Amino acid sequence: MAKQKSPEQKRYEKIEQKHEAKRPVVKNCIKAFFVGGSICLVGQAVSYFYMYYFHFTEQTAGNPTVATMIFFAMLLTGFGVYDKIGQFAGAGSAVPITGFGNSVISAAIEHRTEGFVLGVGGNMFKLAGSVILFGVFSAFVVALIKTLLLIWGVI
Amino acid sequence: MLKGKQSWVFANRPVIVSSAAVGGPFEARGRLANDFDILHDDLWMGQDSYEKAHKLILEEAIETAIQKGNATKEDVNFMLAGDLVNQITPSSFAARTLEIPYFGLFGACSTSMEGLALASFLINNQGAKKVVTGASSHNAAIEKQFRYPTEYGSQKPPTAQWTVTGAGAALLTDTDEKAGKLVTTSATIGKVVDLGISDPFNMGAAMAPAAADTIIAHFQDLQLDPSYYDLIITGDLAKIGSPIALELLQKEGLQINSEKFKDCGLMVYQKDQKVQAGGSGAGCSAAVLYGHLFNEMRNGKYQRILLVATGALLSPLSFQQKESIPCIAHAVSIEVHP
Repeated sequence: MAKQKSPEQKRYEKIEQKHEAKRPVVKNCIKAFFVGGSICLVGQAVSYFYMYYFHFTEQTAGNPTVATMIFFAMLLTGFGVYDKIGQFAGAGSAVPITGFGNSVISAAIEHRTEGFVLGVGGNMFKLAGSVILFGVFSAFVVALIKTLLLIWGVI
Repeated sequence: MLKGKQSWVFANRPVIVSSAAVGGPFEARGRLANDFDILHDDLWMGQDSYEKAHKLILEEAIETAIQKGNATKEDVNFMLAGDLVNQITPSSFAARTLEIPYFGLFGACSTSMEGLALASFLINNQGAKKVVTGASSHNAAIEKQFRYPTEYGSQKPPTAQWTVTGAGAALLTDTDEKAGKLVTTSATIGKVVDLGISDPFNMGAAMAPAAADTIIAHFQDLQLDPSYYDLIITGDLAKIGSPIALELLQKEGLQINSEKFKDCGLMVYQKDQKVQAGGSGAGCSAAVLYGHLFNEMRNGKYQRILLVATGALLSPLSFQQKESIPCIAHAVSIEVHP
């Protein structure tokens, strides 16, 4: 429900817009592309590592790779580096699985002072909770569409 | 004494006998490091939570100010303090330790001047002999309160501001030995202004109209010209808000030189410190005024200043519910008594 702005507020908006520093969108996109790409490159290398040195296939290497990447994210978060990467890279470090790991781990660290149950346990997923909820839900919707298309013989 | 609609003139000129500022590690690397009485090199400050560290810096600032004023906490009649944490626990807990009769204030980042205005009013009207006032903020405790976990890698826009880890406190008395001392001469209490900004990462722009409103009211009530002051300093408008406030003032016909219009949020850090638009927080104006600016006044650089602390009266809940940000500003003028 968007509220109507009063004429005074609209006048102020004009003045404000003149001074407001805009997000450098193009620069941010380029940085996100390269940092995000680099994280995925590391992920790919980890994935190959599990395929060549252990008995994993391209399909099954995903799980240990994700766990390893989250482990890296945990170290970087704990040492206070990930938030600096995040400020530089934006979506580049937020979208990959390491960003998900960072959101869980940073919340867990933040609320350690309120104890393990109500602090760490209760707050760990306060950012990641919506990722899990909407991630699972959208996976469900996509799977439903695919199933229906298969039944109808479209694909 | 009330003058005009919303200003007080302190005819008895309450004396600021002493003041103190305490800062954190990031402020120690800042531009005003030399003006802090105590600097901590760790955000935890030997405490087991950031909230306790937050309480500690206010305690230290008040204790140091009292000590520098050759007083004891038993001599102090009242303490006026506030901060940004839920239910202002750091200030109240500091008052528990200090055992000084206490007024808890909340005016967000305008608390410093809310406290100084009320403290001056108490002294001026024989309501107290000695009053201590202060405000504080702690970067990690406030980020936790209002934004994301400190280690969460979100990208802040260039309009965002960095919460200062700092506390400032001042001791005011009713002494008659005023020559050469800092005195408060007047105060203007602001009204809540909301011009529809709802982005919590753009506080400077949200607060600028409140600052302009209070400054205009101040000069109207006191029938003064802006040239009366050597410096007009806003609390934490930073890079975006400060030029907006100046433009709003000039549109209203106040002739203010941009050289004489400063902002605590722009003074506290170095250029190479990554704070986006500048500093903010209840401790920002408190530490800069009670540390740096008072030192400059004692050294004779400025004779008369007007400090306008600005506060954004939002809560984490209100902006998630898409409410715009109501803001307030309070002004206090401080002069060197001839």
